[in-house]
Amino acid sequence: MIYDMKPDDIAGIYQATTLHLFCGISRRVFYSDIETPFPDGKLIVSITDREGIITHVNKAFVEMSGYTDEELLGSPHSILRHPDMPAFAFKELWDTVSVGGRWQGYVKNLRKDGGYYWVKATVIPNIRDGKIVSYTSIRRKPSRAKVEECIEIYRRLSAA
Amino acid sequence: MLYQFAVSPDFSPNFLPGWYVFNTWLQKQTKQNFHLEIYQSFQAQQEALSRQEIDLMYASAFDAAMLVRENGFLPVVKAEGFSDEAVIVASAENPINEIIGLSAGTKVAITANPDVYMMGMIMLESADLSANNIQFVNCDTYVTVAKQLLRAQADVGFFLAEAYDAFSDTIKSKLKVLVRSQISLIHHCLIVGSNLTHQRAELQKILLGMAQNEKGRSALKSLGFSSWVSVDDENMAFMIDVMNALAS
Ligand SMILES: Cc1cc2nc3c(=O)[nH]c(=O)nc-3n(C[C@H](O)[C@H](O)[C@H](O)COP(=O)(O)O)c2cc1C
Repeated sequence: MIYDMKPDDIAGIYQATTLHLFCGISRRVFYSDIETPFPDGKLIVSITDREGIITHVNKAFVEMSGYTDEELLGSPHSILRHPDMPAFAFKELWDTVSVGGRWQGYVKNLRKDGGYYWVKATVIPNIRDGKIVSYTSIRRKPSRAKVEECIEIYRRLSAA
Repeated sequence: MLYQFAVSPDFSPNFLPGWYVFNTWLQKQTKQNFHLEIYQSFQAQQEALSRQEIDLMYASAFDAAMLVRENGFLPVVKAEGFSDEAVIVASAENPINEIIGLSAGTKVAITANPDVYMMGMIMLESADLSANNIQFVNCDTYVTVAKQLLRAQADVGFFLAEAYDAFSDTIKSKLKVLVRSQISLIHHCLIVGSNLTHQRAELQKILLGMAQNEKGRSALKSLGFSSWVSVDDENMAFMIDVMNALAS
């Protein structure tokens, strides 16, 4: 499940907004300017079912998102949706993977404590016997220059 | 029938005798003949594979993925608690201490190991380095990679973490690790080819029971781990998905 964020969980000075998620839920989110750097040498991994509900997470995912395993498993992946991300990016992601393709992009993710972290994500469909059974996302530490470019592009896309 | 057993050329030389011990144990347990061949290079192994000369193989993740996907090999077991990781290493005298300090034009010493190459390149990516803006120094072995660093003929080198860790303290004191992967998803795997796929379940059973008696335990010890765990088709399919996702 996915719930509104709680002010008590948030670290530092924050802003508030409401996200209208694809699953029909509106979520109150709080977000700060505190960035958590991606740890060197690690990968963040999660698997979702065909609807984008999280079914598996690795340790690095738990550490970076600030949520527990229990909070993540069974929740829609939009639990990490940051208000600075343009809807366009996720539409492109879903349009690509749902027809069997592989999507790569830079994503700003929202932590449970209102902070954020940037990743370079690769999302692939898990195809067994010719059918898509689930999706996997593997995130690596992004290049800083690429993140700076994306900040600019996403700002323009969100304003448009 | 005499089956051909090959071990990936990238394992640590410390375990070379261990694979012969394992092969003897395996022949006793299965009452079948296996000939162990340890190829000196990935190239030599590749040639044997293309002649379909390998029936059982302790394969690197990259080879296992390719052979399962394209040549009908099936996964059997992997070493418990082991994953393939990479380290990026520099000379201890190099003033750079972090990947982020590296710049375009960096000379990178590498071996032909595709898994280590893939992991190393992912770690360099965060410093804006790619195959387009670095220079590669190709080496036959990890010892050569270390020599290139010590002679300042390369700035950094990629190693299989296990191989680097097995170096003597004297060598390691002249080098430093800039970054170590903690991926935990990629591993060597014992796989069977078409001549042996019908015996996969039987082999798996024997190997999973290996840690249950004294002889088996001591053979495992000489390979550097304590037991085998099974790898089923789904585990393998997932590893192949992961490798595809990481490939670029
Ligand atoms: C395997 C997989 C991983 C995903 N990972 C993330 C993620 O890390 N952060 C994120 O905001 N959205 C992620 N998404 C996209 C979400 O499903 C969702 O589309 C997005 O958060 C936007 O929310 P919305 O579609 O409800 O508008 C992922 C989707 C898949 C299939």
